[in-house]
Amino acid sequence: MDPLRPKATRRHVVRGFAAAAASFVFPCPAFAQSAARVVVIGGGFGGASCARALRKIDPRLHVTLVEPNRIFTACPFSNEVIAGLRDIGAQQFTYDKIAAEGVTVIAQAATKVDPQARTVGLADGTSLRYDRLVLAPGIDMRFDALPGYDEAATEKMPHAWKAGSQTMLLRRQLEAMEDGGVVAIAVPATPYRCPPAPYERASLIAHYLKTKKPRSKVLILDAKDTIPQQLLFEHAWKVFYPSILERIPLSQGGRVVSVEPATNTLISEFGNYDVQVANVIPPQKAGNIAKLAGAADHTGWCSIDPMTFASTLVPNIHVIGDAVIGGSVPKSASAAHAEGNACATVVASLIAGRVPEGPTLEGICYNTVAPGYAFFMAASYHARDDLFAEIVGSGFTSPINGDGSDEVRKREADQAQTWFKTITGETFG
Amino acid sequence: MTAALINVPKKARNGDIIEIKTLTSHVMETGYRHTPRGEVIPRDIITSFTCRFEGDEIFHADFFPATAANPFLSFFTTATKSGKFDFEWIGDNGFSQTASASITVE
Ligand SMILES: Cc1cc2nc3c(=O)[nH]c(=O)nc-3n(C[C@H](O)[C@H](O)[C@H](O)COP(=O)(O)OP(=O)(O)OC[C@H]3O[C@@H](n4cnc5c(N)ncnc54)[C@H](O)[C@@H]3O)c2cc1C
Repeated sequence: MDPLRPKATRRHVVRGFAAAAASFVFPCPAFAQSAARVVVIGGGFGGASCARALRKIDPRLHVTLVEPNRIFTACPFSNEVIAGLRDIGAQQFTYDKIAAEGVTVIAQAATKVDPQARTVGLADGTSLRYDRLVLAPGIDMRFDALPGYDEAATEKMPHAWKAGSQTMLLRRQLEAMEDGGVVAIAVPATPYRCPPAPYERASLIAHYLKTKKPRSKVLILDAKDTIPQQLLFEHAWKVFYPSILERIPLSQGGRVVSVEPATNTLISEFGNYDVQVANVIPPQKAGNIAKLAGAADHTGWCSIDPMTFASTLVPNIHVIGDAVIGGSVPKSASAAHAEGNACATVVASLIAGRVPEGPTLEGICYNTVAPGYAFFMAASYHARDDLFAEIVGSGFTSPINGDGSDEVRKREADQAQTWFKTITGETFG
Repeated sequence: MTAALINVPKKARNGDIIEIKTLTSHVMETGYRHTPRGEVIPRDIITSFTCRFEGDEIFHADFFPATAANPFLSFFTTATKSGKFDFEWIGDNGFSQTASASITVE
C-alpha cells in the first residue's frame, strides 16, 4: 500500500487541529497549515519552479530554496555554447526574482537529511526544519562506473553534462584543436540526462568543424543502438555533415568500456580510439544528496509515487526532476519544470489536508542540428499504476522530411529559442 | 550489415590466459512475437557459435530465442602457441558467417 497518501494527509489535519486547540490566539486551523515549512533542495529547473509555485499557490507557506550556486547555468542550449554559437552568459540566471517573491534562498549545499527529525543539514553546519522536503538535486556523475573516468579525468576529458566550467572547457578544447583532429563523444546507455542531447551536441560540433576545421571529424561512440528521433537526426547528418560525423552504435562495437585520460584514449570492446578531444558522458545517478537522504535505491535513482512525487522509500520527501526514475518521462528541463509545478500543487494540497489530484505532465524537447534547423518531440504523461506513462495519442514528433521541410525546420529552430526564453522566464522570473 | 567484430590479443606469452570477444549483428527474432495484425513473426536467430584454434574446437555455444539482438560473447582460453582462430556463426534461414584472427605466442 501507499504509506504516504492517505496517512500523511490525515496526520496533517490532526496536527492542524491540535495546534488550533493549543493556542487561543490562533483559533483558525488554516494558520497552523499556513505556517508549514517546505524546504526545496536544488535550484534548477525542477526545484526553482517548485519553490516559486509553492509561494504562488499559498503565500503563507514558509518556502526555503537551498542551492549552493548564486548563478544557475542552464544545460539546454549549452551545446550551442560549446559550438561557439552562443555566449555562456545567455545560459545564466540568478535567484533574485525568486527571493523577491518571498522564497528564502540559502546559498549553501545540503549535506545531510534526517527524515526522522525532519531536518536538512547545510554545508556551513546549520540546519533547517521542514514539514515537507522536495529533493530536486539533478544528477551526479557515477565515477565508479567507467574505469579510468574519475573526477580528475573530467579536467582532461570533460563531460560537459552539467553546464558551466565543463561547458567552457570543452569549447576551449575544440578551439585549440588543430584541423584534422578527431572529436569523440562517448554516450552511455539509458537512463541518463536528456537522451537526445548527445546527438544535438555531435551535430553542432560537426557544424563548428565544418565551418572552422573542415578536415576534422566527430565520432559518436554509443552504448545504444537506437536513439531518439533517429530518422530526423540521420537524415540531417546525411544532408549537413556526410563526411564529418560518424556514429558507431552498440552493435558495431561502439560502447566505451574504459578510458585513459593520460593519452586521451577511449577503449571499446573491439578497439582503441586515440582522439584529440574526448567528450566523455559517463553513466549517471540522482544527485548525491538523494542517496544521503535515503531516497535513492540500488539503481542510484529515486522511485516515486507518480500521484504525489512522494519518495517510495522515505516519508515526507518528494522528488522531482532528473533524480527521478520510473516511467517514460524523459529527463528534461521541460519535464523537471512541469514536475516542479505539479509537485507544488500536491505539497500545498497535502499541507492543507486535501487529497491531491493526479498530475499531468507535458514535455517538449527541441534538437538543433545546425543554425536555423531544428526539430522536436512532445508528449504528455500521467500516473498509471506505479509509473508515469505517456498518454496514448499525446506523442508528437516533427514531420520527417517532405516538401518545404527546410521552412519547417527553420520555424522549429525559432520555436526552440522561444521555448528557452519561456521556460527560463517561468523558472527564474 | 557489417561482418562480425572480433577481439583477440595480437600477442601473448606462453601460458597466458587471454580473453576473446565477439559481436555479431543479428536481429535474433524470437518467433514468439506477433505483428499488430496477429501474424506470428517467424523465428530468425543464430543457433550456434564455434571457435576453433588451428582446427580444434576450443569453444562452442548454442543460442536460443531468449538471446538479445546482436549477441556479444566473451570467453577465455590459454595461449600455448602461435596460430589462427576461426570463428563461425550458424543460424536460421541459412545464416552463416565466419571470421578469423591470428595470435603470436612468445
Ligand atoms: C547538453 C544538454 C542539453 C540539454 N538540452 C535540453 C533541452 O533542450 N531541453 C530540455 O528540456 N532539457 C535539456 N537538457 C536536460 C536538462 O538540463 C535537465 O533535464 C534539467 O536541468 C533537470 O532539472 P533538475 O531540476 O532535475 O536538475 P538541474 O537543473 O541540474 O538542477 C539541480 C540543482 O540542484 C543543485 N544541487 C545539487 N545537489 C545539491 C545539494 N546537495 N544541495 C543544494 N543544491 C544541490 C545543483 O546545484 C543544481 O542547481 C539538456 C541537458 C544537457 C546536459
